Amino acid sequence: MAGPVRVSMTVNGTQQSADVEPRLLLVHFLRETLGLTGTHVGCDTSNCGACTVHLNGEAVKSCTLLAAQADGAEITTIEGMGQEGALHPLQEAFWEHHGLQCGYCTPGMIMASADLLSRNPHPTEGEVREALAGNLCRCTGYHNIVKAVLAAAEA
Amino acid sequence: MTATVAEPWVGRPIKRKEDPRLIMGRARYVDDINVTGQLWATFVRSPEAHAKILSIDTSAAREYPGVRAVFTGHDLDLAAPLPMAWVPPGIEVNNPPHWALAKDEVHHVGDPVALVIGDDRYAVVDAAAQVFVDYDPLPVVTDVEAALTDGSPLVHEELGTNRCHEWSLGGGDLEAGFAAADVIVERRVVNHRTAGGAIEPRGVLADYRAGALTLTSSTQVPHFLRLFLALQLGISEDRVRAIAPEVGGGFGSKLQIYGEEIALAWASRKLERPIKWIETRSEGLLTTHHGRDQVAYVRVGATRDGKITAFHTKIIADLGAYLMLLTPTIPSLGAFVMSGVYDIPAVQTDIVGVFTNKISTDAIRGAGRPEATHMIEVCIDQLAAELGMDRLELRRRNFIDPASFPHETAIGVVYDSGNYAGALDKLLEHFDADAERAAAPAGKLRGIGYSTYTEICGLAPSRVTGPSGFGLQTGLWESAMVRVHITGAVTVYTGTSPHGQGLETTMAQIVADKLGTSPENVEVIHGDTATGPQGLGTYGSRSTAVGGESVARATDKVADKARRIVAHQLEAAVDDIEVIGGRFAVKGSPDKGMTIGEIAGAAYIPENLPEDMEPGLEELAFYDPSNFVFPFGAHACVVDVDPETGNVDVVRYVAVDDCGPAINPKLIAGQVHGGIVHAIGQALFEQIHYNEDGQLVTGTFADYALPSAADVPSFELDRTETPSPVNSLGVKGVGEAGTIAATPAVLNAVVDALRPLGVGYMNMPLSSMRIWETIQEAKS
Repeated sequence: MAGPVRVSMTVNGTQQSADVEPRLLLVHFLRETLGLTGTHVGCDTSNCGACTVHLNGEAVKSCTLLAAQADGAEITTIEGMGQEGALHPLQEAFWEHHGLQCGYCTPGMIMASADLLSRNPHPTEGEVREALAGNLCRCTGYHNIVKAVLAAAEA
Repeated sequence: MTATVAEPWVGRPIKRKEDPRLIMGRARYVDDINVTGQLWATFVRSPEAHAKILSIDTSAAREYPGVRAVFTGHDLDLAAPLPMAWVPPGIEVNNPPHWALAKDEVHHVGDPVALVIGDDRYAVVDAAAQVFVDYDPLPVVTDVEAALTDGSPLVHEELGTNRCHEWSLGGGDLEAGFAAADVIVERRVVNHRTAGGAIEPRGVLADYRAGALTLTSSTQVPHFLRLFLALQLGISEDRVRAIAPEVGGGFGSKLQIYGEEIALAWASRKLERPIKWIETRSEGLLTTHHGRDQVAYVRVGATRDGKITAFHTKIIADLGAYLMLLTPTIPSLGAFVMSGVYDIPAVQTDIVGVFTNKISTDAIRGAGRPEATHMIEVCIDQLAAELGMDRLELRRRNFIDPASFPHETAIGVVYDSGNYAGALDKLLEHFDADAERAAAPAGKLRGIGYSTYTEICGLAPSRVTGPSGFGLQTGLWESAMVRVHITGAVTVYTGTSPHGQGLETTMAQIVADKLGTSPENVEVIHGDTATGPQGLGTYGSRSTAVGGESVARATDKVADKARRIVAHQLEAAVDDIEVIGGRFAVKGSPDKGMTIGEIAGAAYIPENLPEDMEPGLEELAFYDPSNFVFPFGAHACVVDVDPETGNVDVVRYVAVDDCGPAINPKLIAGQVHGGIVHAIGQALFEQIHYNEDGQLVTGTFADYALPSAADVPSFELDRTETPSPVNSLGVKGVGEAGTIAATPAVLNAVVDALRPLGVGYMNMPLSSMRIWETIQEAKS
């Protein structure tokens, strides 16, 4: 097995470095090396999107990247989106419109939605649905997620 | 202060108390929890669907760097095989032993054969690849009807049959009913195998130390889990603590006692180290129990003027390879409501449970009732076509009379309350079928489907379901403890174990009104056997109708004590104290009263309490319902089928559901949305498929197609509110209703669309390919 590699990246505005196994997935780096457990793993085929984070401002599935591939990148996770008393508009909208139930897909949904709104600030319902096609939710039937994203776009 | 009558919290669509931790990524699911000294586990699983284990060579794996132990089936000295707790009454079932690790033979792909434990999450997976198992393959059967034929390969040779059990439930004179029928429709209705699909995979963290076990698991049933851990490991129950932390969905798939839970607990005791295992998705599709999987032969008879005279169903239920916690009884749950919302004088359900070389089936959202509803609602459309009668008119002619509730059906089940025509009328206020048809886009075949349903939930009256009744080896009451702190803040402990349903909010609303406080001041604690009273968990749409009622009753006891304290301190009559304007106040003198905080202060600094009153302000209630509850509703679905590709678009879906008086309408709507999409998923996309060798073809989320946001529309919902007489809140369950109602609405819509092409019937899943093939067959 290859020896460890040094990776450095900015995560939620903080510079982070660690020596990791070359095969370490970005999602495990975030969750286990850095302790940022808001990013979840729901599948092993890049279908569910629970692991969605932003890499240099774009949504990526962090289960499908090696930590080493994110070397030098700027990463934003759900923990970097908003805090108690200062929630991100999408977090507010998901709360207000009951866009979550068990909450497991929610961080990924919010990150994917933020990516959409950064590219398309006023999407149609159809555009929201297409943009979230890579993020699976079993609880909500998507109705209130879509409603929340549309509401956040108008916030 | 002038007391005003505040709007009650019950009935308001307030935002959830649960959400801040979830939207900020600060919740703690099993995999978010790590403890000092923790090891990692992975399972070696059989690639064979049926084989003898000739040998297992673990030597290379044991030598792998970082590996601490490798265990196989014969290492695990457990007291008993994995539990099965529910046999339908009056019969014996064949129950082959099901071990946490297979001992000498594997019976489905994914059957675990070894447990590898080591220091690192990745290393144990590498090491597991170094476990070499010599299998001697045996014949395989995966088709449930083939499994019943003479000469079929046997899943368990020693049983001499693949038949697990046969069980029937009926009432009325079936023969006379069919004799009185002018028309009899017979259909083979397939309800294919599906996965629960909770987005959080299962996970277990077992931590045995100093004679006590703490097991954290992504489970719906922590209290059952504690009991079975104690029994399996021979540890006194008081030394076992089971915790369901944040749980990322269940849908029945986590209503189970899994071998991984038992094996990790055993290994943690053996190694005296905490051990964690997190399921991968592809592992979960192989080993987390599936649902449905029935082939039913349905006969329905009716007179020419549309009165249904008899309904007979023979269900061949694919149970998979073993009986898990509730496996043999799941099909029977449908038999309770086989006649749906219709007054049918003769109804009979005959069930045969069959073993195949697949993972077991067990409860998945609806558990038996979606299958029953699908059969009757599909067949009533078939009957309408045969009679040349409008589908809704045929339904109306057979609806149970709303004046007849509580209504005893032909099989002796007593429906608590209902108004099925009322729900249908409300649906049609929102839905104009003629307008829908007129708006069909060019080149598409537009279809409309309906479903009018009821279901049985609020599990359950123990005397009906218990050992001397329907055979479940437990009661199904629920418990709650309500503690008012000295500040007036309230903590509620519930024995239910919510995992997305929003019960922290719903229960807080129930409590807030009764104590004159706000839901913000009411914290609801669940999912930990070390806190609060014994409970039974979240499933069967029971958590509000049974758990919520127990919360209401415990709160009533607190309120009673509070009233006595207030009456004593203010020198008023107890009966004159009422909760108004956020205070316990004297009737007619609303300025004279005490807040719950002031009352709690008086209770915990007991200088002026009534004679013989204990200090403190907390109460416990156990509630065993007198009956089930029976939610109902009417759904309409509009689809456009592309005849060139077979693709189906669900373009509109309108649902009216009745779960009694709403506690939080926002959360009810959320449950219905999710339930409908779960059912649309089954109808159109999802199918667990094994090939004839017993290999799981749909073993990842790339192959097992959960619907995405792009696959479904937004929904139009409304409600009627018919209170249940069973509990003081009048509430019924709603978690499963959407899933129970929606598959026949979708299927009926697709068949309606294809009818002009000469297609009269087809089964789920309604994949593009199957529809296209059906269209081609109809053309030729």
